[in-house]
Amino acid sequence: MDLAFIIIAVLTLASAVAAMSLRNLVHCALCMVMTFAGIALTFLQLNAEFVGLAQLLVYVGAVAILIVFAILLTRSEDAKKEVRFVSSSTVVGFGVVALVAVSLLAAIQHTQILPPQSVVAPHVSVKRIGEQLMTNYVLPLEVIGLLLTAAMIGAVVIAMREPDPADSVDVQQRNGSPLKLDPDSKKTAVVANE
Amino acid sequence: MKPVGLEHYLVVSGLLFCLGLWGVIVRRNLLIIYMSLELMLNAANLALVAFSRFNNKLDGQVMVFFVITVAAAEVAVGLALIVALYRKKQSAHVEDLTTMKS
Repeated sequence: MDLAFIIIAVLTLASAVAAMSLRNLVHCALCMVMTFAGIALTFLQLNAEFVGLAQLLVYVGAVAILIVFAILLTRSEDAKKEVRFVSSSTVVGFGVVALVAVSLLAAIQHTQILPPQSVVAPHVSVKRIGEQLMTNYVLPLEVIGLLLTAAMIGAVVIAMREPDPADSVDVQQRNGSPLKLDPDSKKTAVVANE
Repeated sequence: MKPVGLEHYLVVSGLLFCLGLWGVIVRRNLLIIYMSLELMLNAANLALVAFSRFNNKLDGQVMVFFVITVAAAEVAVGLALIVALYRKKQSAHVEDLTTMKS
């Protein structure tokens, strides 16, 4: 077996295990970044340069930064709340995961895998992927574009701070107080506020 | 030694998927659950790319491209939701999010 494959696979799996079991959230995120990088390397090893580099850009670049930001934004004092104990959910979870793992591995082992159609790795250029995207997959491509736009708008709307009622009253009073002397301008101010 | 075949990549992919599932079921922090979901998506991507390579077809890679895009959209919305939730509840633990229970 290829030594590079073994090294990358072991590194990826080990960092995934660490990400799932460490207690410190930042450590989890860093291990997860390593897992994503390992998967990107595996893609590159599989002659999928475009997808591998996209994975590197999207996951190791953008998603990792976003996750670290979210961790730092939502860090609370009760970081030690997740105590290490064996609850019923741990046991059930372990059972479910073991079941899934055994069935997946058994399925892989018992499947008759055809020999690769070409011994030489096919050369997949970005040009060919682009041609595919523009011919066979043009409708999904458009839908994906729409989805990304919707997701961007949605993220902005969700993350926007809701106007606090107390704050807005404050602002109105502050804006309104110098205008109280003049009834006419107060009226226009109220209209403007409405 | 046997050359690396499709089954090796599939085994790695399956193990990664199981690790992600483990994280989703057992961990109690929303962000960890979130990262586990991403890990499961990535494991599926790995299987798709492996199939694409060993069958000499391009469709798998195009599919992975779409999956990565959807995952990026999911990250944007999901993290915004988690941050908004944290502002309301001051917590990112699943035990504290019981508004819809009872």
